[in-house]
Amino acid sequence: MVSKLQVPLTVAAYKSDVHNDWCPGCGDFGILQALQQALAELGLPPWETMVFGGIGCSGKVFNYMACYGVHTLHGRVLPFAMGAKLANPDLEVIAVGGDGDGYGIGAGHFVHAGRRNVDMAYIVLNNEVYGLTKGQASPTLDRGQQTKSLPLPNINDGIKPLALALVTGYTWIGRSYAFDGKHLKEMIKQAIEHKGMALLDIIQPCPTYNDLHTAEWFNKKVKEEEKSVSKLVTVEELKHDGVIKDPTNRDEVFEKQRKAFDLIQYRGERIPIGVFYQIKLPTYIERMQSQVPMLKKYSPVRIPYADANHLPTTDLTDAFEEITF
Amino acid sequence: MKVVNEVSWMIGGPQGSGVDSSATLFAQACATAGLWIFGKREYHSNIKGKHSYFQVRVSNQPIHSHVDDVHILATFEETTAKLHAGEIVKTGALIYDPTKIKLDDLDLKSGVITLPIDFNLVLRQVAEETGVEYSKLSIMRNTIAVAASFALLRVEIESLEKTLERMYTGKKSKLVAMNMTAVQKAYRAVEILPEELHAQFPYHLVPNNNTPKRLLINGATATALGKLKGGCRYQTYYPISPATDESVYLESHNQYGCAVVQCEDEIAAINMAIGAATTGVRASTSTSGPGFSLMQEGLGWAGMNEVPVVVFDYQRGGPSTGLPTRHEQGDLMFSLFGGHGDYPRLVFSPGSIADHFRLAFESFNYAEKFQTPVIVLNDKFLANSTQTILPFKENDLVIERGHLATEDDLKNAKSEGRGFPRFQPDVKSGISSRPLPGVEGGHYWMTGDEHDDYGHITENPENRKKMHEKRMKKYELILQQIPLDRQFSIHGIPNADITLVSWGTMFGALMDVLPALKEKNINANFINIRMLSPFPSAKVAAFLKSSKKLVLLEHNYSMQLGQLIRLHTGILITSRISKYTGRPMSLNEIVSATEKIFNGEVQEEKDETLDASIERVVLTYGL
Repeated sequence: MVSKLQVPLTVAAYKSDVHNDWCPGCGDFGILQALQQALAELGLPPWETMVFGGIGCSGKVFNYMACYGVHTLHGRVLPFAMGAKLANPDLEVIAVGGDGDGYGIGAGHFVHAGRRNVDMAYIVLNNEVYGLTKGQASPTLDRGQQTKSLPLPNINDGIKPLALALVTGYTWIGRSYAFDGKHLKEMIKQAIEHKGMALLDIIQPCPTYNDLHTAEWFNKKVKEEEKSVSKLVTVEELKHDGVIKDPTNRDEVFEKQRKAFDLIQYRGERIPIGVFYQIKLPTYIERMQSQVPMLKKYSPVRIPYADANHLPTTDLTDAFEEITF
Repeated sequence: MKVVNEVSWMIGGPQGSGVDSSATLFAQACATAGLWIFGKREYHSNIKGKHSYFQVRVSNQPIHSHVDDVHILATFEETTAKLHAGEIVKTGALIYDPTKIKLDDLDLKSGVITLPIDFNLVLRQVAEETGVEYSKLSIMRNTIAVAASFALLRVEIESLEKTLERMYTGKKSKLVAMNMTAVQKAYRAVEILPEELHAQFPYHLVPNNNTPKRLLINGATATALGKLKGGCRYQTYYPISPATDESVYLESHNQYGCAVVQCEDEIAAINMAIGAATTGVRASTSTSGPGFSLMQEGLGWAGMNEVPVVVFDYQRGGPSTGLPTRHEQGDLMFSLFGGHGDYPRLVFSPGSIADHFRLAFESFNYAEKFQTPVIVLNDKFLANSTQTILPFKENDLVIERGHLATEDDLKNAKSEGRGFPRFQPDVKSGISSRPLPGVEGGHYWMTGDEHDDYGHITENPENRKKMHEKRMKKYELILQQIPLDRQFSIHGIPNADITLVSWGTMFGALMDVLPALKEKNINANFINIRMLSPFPSAKVAAFLKSSKKLVLLEHNYSMQLGQLIRLHTGILITSRISKYTGRPMSLNEIVSATEKIFNGEVQEEKDETLDASIERVVLTYGL
């Protein structure tokens, strides 16, 4: 069980003293701040919290956090983070990566993380470009689009990460926007609190390389039924409740999956944000515990194997018996 | 001539037809009878249909190798008979099915006894007597083959019964009686042979009641048990031959609590193990060549972040998919130099099956003590070879966790308030203090980028020098702190006429080779290099320089240990015995090749790549 502080720390307690080198105006700033606020409000002890990052601008989030911060390899944030969480479920493990990191080079892990339903949040900073390598198209950039670094328009279709999450088993699927601090913080808190694998895709501007979907573009009013409305619209405004009440009710599950799928696709004039889908299913740790009884008593990191004199205590008598002649 | 308790038995057949089970029955029955065995398994990368065979060598004494001679070949199908009949010695016997196999088609030596058994006829009789459907009995052909062999070897029928009772318990116990019906029929078929044929067959097995308790075990199981004893409680893997058996063993023996995670690929497997290891659990992954290739980036990260993770690479024939189910010692150089940039890694290879257990245990100590990845090079040969050995020595095993953060370390870090200086190099021991997540004051940062004491990224040149030197100097610590007998071992007499040089699973055969050479009046000794990185250069060089004639033996084309020895000591070993057919060297192959070199019968040839004249013997025996 992840523990909570009796007396919560301030947001400042989650900030490291490392100089931040993101470009001015980067969406990452808003996300970092919301994450730090969320951890403070949830009262998570920094020494029991591990933030794993991928490679890229998003991967640097770990460095600006005052907790265990782990900068992994390109695309591999999920295996690292899952390894830590399964070894010690008492830790709050959060994975933070970019769209190229998670949906491109790490796409295989993305799919299989859903199948496992490890109890952790995966936060993806989605700006449609590879920023740190100077603006190449990421897997989420739509076909035909040409951000300013692209010599020619993108000829690949953009993937729909939330739809992919829906079919691969993620049990909490949400979207937020980097500069909507309040919504974002709430979404991060929910993703962390959800018992299971949560995907929070955060759409964000890259002020340096994405000249199509800028902060101004996200802020621009759009027309809907003759009315001028904001581009971002919450699922609540769209009357969508994606929370499954009864996970054993197949009709309810299919119906809500279908609705979630429709909303995830919706990208015409307005962009829905919020929780598209949530279901309570056994986590990977619970599934392992049902097969390996000792894991009910101890997490892997706490199973004793040596005594005070450092002598090994694992008694292999049974195993040897099977093969002794 | 009567030969007691020295026999080499072979069974073959299409994969999926029960060849393994019959070899297990034969081996267990011999073990039950107090005999020692060495069983070698050869199979294709295929589920059903392709040819596989199992060769079990039996002895009154502990044995560690296989031989080429076959004394009994038992088979119920044509392919095995055609492929292996020629291997039967002239005093040996063939047990075969006359309805499937024509003796004229076989390359039998004159003198070989042929013992026809109509397997299907026996099965029909069993079906009649037991009331079990005939079509469900085909797997029992293996029992018939084993029983006929035992009858020929004049072993009492009870030893098979005992073994079957041990194999089939609980719900499966009704299989005992069914199998025993088949056993009796097979015994009967052999007993009715003319008395002179029996008299002609010299090989006998005689139970030995004075043999101590032994384990019947292969390298994969020994490794799994060593891991459990060593506290490994987190194992990741992606299915790959021949490494998977070990993970499956850990998963099926769930009473020890080891969390086994089957990953989506080997990249996930290594990185998940590393992520787990950062929390303090003893974590490892097991794979084979292609998977090991995928793990290199992760290993570099673990080296950079000083994470104790242990990787077992079950070598198989390479490159690429290579020979997926065949033996090779081809990953040595790769394990030493794989990955970009420099990081310290310990590379070991176990010799005997007992050493598989011990090294699996020790590897976690080394990983934690030196806070860096440990790579263990197992291979297909011993992973799949079954052997009777004395129980493992356990009373000298100690768990060493290395420099974990003390309360003082944590208090200091807390009062400074900047996080924990996890990578601080200015420590006397040369190894930094390591906090495990969950304790106040312990948080720090990890990154594959170069970093400062706390784990924050920095490209500062002075810091880079300081950190890089701290990591790489672990090599010196390792050489100083790991006992010499764990680095290499020397066997046989001092000042021998010939010194055999090798590594890894050549060990067993070479231990058997020494006495065999002695019988031929060749005084030989043998150095086994167990720790391949860091290389024990000075000590190995001193020994090699004091030796009269060096002969290098390896299962790879480029003689990788030879390259390594030359790299570290400047010594070029010019007499070489190698095999890279995917099949392991047999005892007799090594003896005769060594004899040839010793007698000066091998022609020297110039090797341009080495710029030297080389005496080379390339071995090829075996299917």
